[in-house]
Amino acid sequence: MSNIIIYTIVSLCAIGIVSAVVLYLVARQFRVDEDPRIDQVEALLPGANCGGCGKPGCRGLAEAIVRANSLEGLSCPVGGETTMPAIAAVLGLEAGTRVPRVAVVRCGGDRERRSRVNHYDGYPSCAVEHALYRGESACPFGCLGLGDCARACTFDAIRVEEATGLPVVREEACVACNACAKACPRGIIELRDKGVKARRVFVSCVNRDRGVLARGACGAACIGCGKCAKDCSFEAIVVEDNLAYIDFRKCRLCRKCVSSCPTGAIREVNFPSRKVELSKVGIEN
Amino acid sequence: MLKTFTLGGIHPPDEKLSSGSAIVPLPLPEQVKIPLSQHIGVPALPLVKKGDRVKVGQLVGEAAGFISANVHSSVSGVVVNVEAVVDTSGYARPAVVIRVEGDEWDKSIGRQETPDRYLSAFSREEILTAVQAAGIVGMGGATFPTRVKLSPPAGSHPELLIINGVECEPFLTADHRLMIEKSRELLIGTRFLMKALGVEQAVIGIENNKPDAIAKTWEAVTKHTLGIKVCPLKVKYPQGGEKQLIQAITGRRVPSGALPISVGVVVHNVGTVYAVYEAITMHKPLIERVVTVTGKSLARPGNYLCRVGTPVACLIDAAGGLPGDTGKVISGGPMMGKALASTDVVVTKGTSGVLVIPENEARRKTARDCIRCAKCVRVCPMGLEPYLLMTLGEYQQVEKLERARVMDCIECGSCNFTCPAHRPLLDMIRLDKSRVGQVIKSRK
Repeated sequence: MSNIIIYTIVSLCAIGIVSAVVLYLVARQFRVDEDPRIDQVEALLPGANCGGCGKPGCRGLAEAIVRANSLEGLSCPVGGETTMPAIAAVLGLEAGTRVPRVAVVRCGGDRERRSRVNHYDGYPSCAVEHALYRGESACPFGCLGLGDCARACTFDAIRVEEATGLPVVREEACVACNACAKACPRGIIELRDKGVKARRVFVSCVNRDRGVLARGACGAACIGCGKCAKDCSFEAIVVEDNLAYIDFRKCRLCRKCVSSCPTGAIREVNFPSRKVELSKVGIEN
Repeated sequence: MLKTFTLGGIHPPDEKLSSGSAIVPLPLPEQVKIPLSQHIGVPALPLVKKGDRVKVGQLVGEAAGFISANVHSSVSGVVVNVEAVVDTSGYARPAVVIRVEGDEWDKSIGRQETPDRYLSAFSREEILTAVQAAGIVGMGGATFPTRVKLSPPAGSHPELLIINGVECEPFLTADHRLMIEKSRELLIGTRFLMKALGVEQAVIGIENNKPDAIAKTWEAVTKHTLGIKVCPLKVKYPQGGEKQLIQAITGRRVPSGALPISVGVVVHNVGTVYAVYEAITMHKPLIERVVTVTGKSLARPGNYLCRVGTPVACLIDAAGGLPGDTGKVISGGPMMGKALASTDVVVTKGTSGVLVIPENEARRKTARDCIRCAKCVRVCPMGLEPYLLMTLGEYQQVEKLERARVMDCIECGSCNFTCPAHRPLLDMIRLDKSRVGQVIKSRK
């Protein structure tokens, strides 16, 4: 009886030792050398895995940075001002300066200005509504208001306002990861430079129809009249396909276009209130 | 024992309100808008400009490629403009807008069958050229250019032509009336198609909820020996689907991703056959079609012979006007049709019906969570798993969707119809199909 116990213990120990040796040899033979800096860099990244950098998650960006051994074109849009310098310090590189950006919703067709002519009660997603129907309003370009952008946001920085039916970006929370812009089937959301004191001037419309059609569909539509482009002293505005676009790299925030726009499609944000009465052109901050 | 397809299927209420009303020609509208893209494939190129005078049957849009179709003027008058016009999709697409003046037909079009030639004297090439010139497309709804379907790819051997007289959509009766009133013409059209394809046999499939159509066609078929048979079918939706109909009649299964020609069969709709008959015997292009205007709240549901480009509003007026409690106007049938954004949308070559639904029936019920009852799986005629396709779609799993054969979906809506939780399965699956389709395209 006791013999059996002894044999069992001895044989199990022997199997254990042999296996350990085999595993040790195999592990040595097939060892994968990984740069320890990848782990270090990954630890410094926010870990949101939002994909805003264009890489598959934070690990993907860390690998790409270490492999390239440069920060050229690689940066985490989410990490704020400290992340990239910290990574640069670990790798002994120079961190470039980054202009902070923010998501901007380019549709001003709230419930008041853009009447609803249909009722949609299908699958509650902008992507489905856009692909199968034209939406509830007469504007085939405007916001559908079902919140695909809000669902795509990992940072709770954008949500659809009940009263207007339009998405609103919380600027302090937005990290410009581009997820909402990718989720929007109508391409309304754009990343723009945050600007001096977060002040921005932009055309809050993407309607490319002729002026008469655009105006008929929505009171806040850009009708492509070109007045703003004519008034701009810095050649920052181009009108293409009946739609004005303000290049934020050229715009000097003079706001001449805001007052000249006949439909109030050009919006200014975060400016101190003006002495001039703006309500007649229908602008709200 | 009547034949039907074996996999899945449902039995929605029949509601064929207008099956007893004869086809009535609709008065000409004041203005027509003729879309340049009424078919699957490349839109036609406009041949007219603002201010041009056109006659009925004049070519206004030329086919721009192999998979494309000619577009003809359905009225005589003056071209007001060539502009983007909102179509069934809800989005604006190019169309020729014509103000109607009189009803002057192009001289080449005969208003009657040409008696100077035996019908058998037309050669295969003549038939194909006539079909091409007339801009005929599949009139069952898919609007695939008929000329393409009549040119089987090299190496394939068509042996059987099936004429689709199933009309399985509830409410619609356009094909039904055509079979009753034009049975002789349909047989001649079928002979033309048989000749074009080089097949010896044809079968006309008709569901047995249309006994008068079966009797009429039977009578016409037995009078002549033409190699054409009539096959009554047990009622089941979606029997009018090409693959379902082939399986019901021949027992053959079309493999996933393949065309019916891979099992030696070509299917054409009854409406298409009639258009082919007119194109060959009268040189008449596809400028008008039978449209069922129906709905329980309509005063006079009926079948109207109407010119392509007629606004849907004109049809509804003819049927007694739009009732005040209307919730939805659908182009097509209730299962596969599309709710219209406005009644200014026009009738195209593929419009089989206009259905008016009252407000209290139009709203969808609130969707609840999936309870895994698998009813959608049981009714899917393509053997798919709709609940899975929807979930995969919500997570945008494009590769898994492709592996789950999402592209096989025929969008019949049986899953939506049967779901006890009222989940909008087909909405999501349609989006899935377009996403997967884009990925497949980008691979090429």
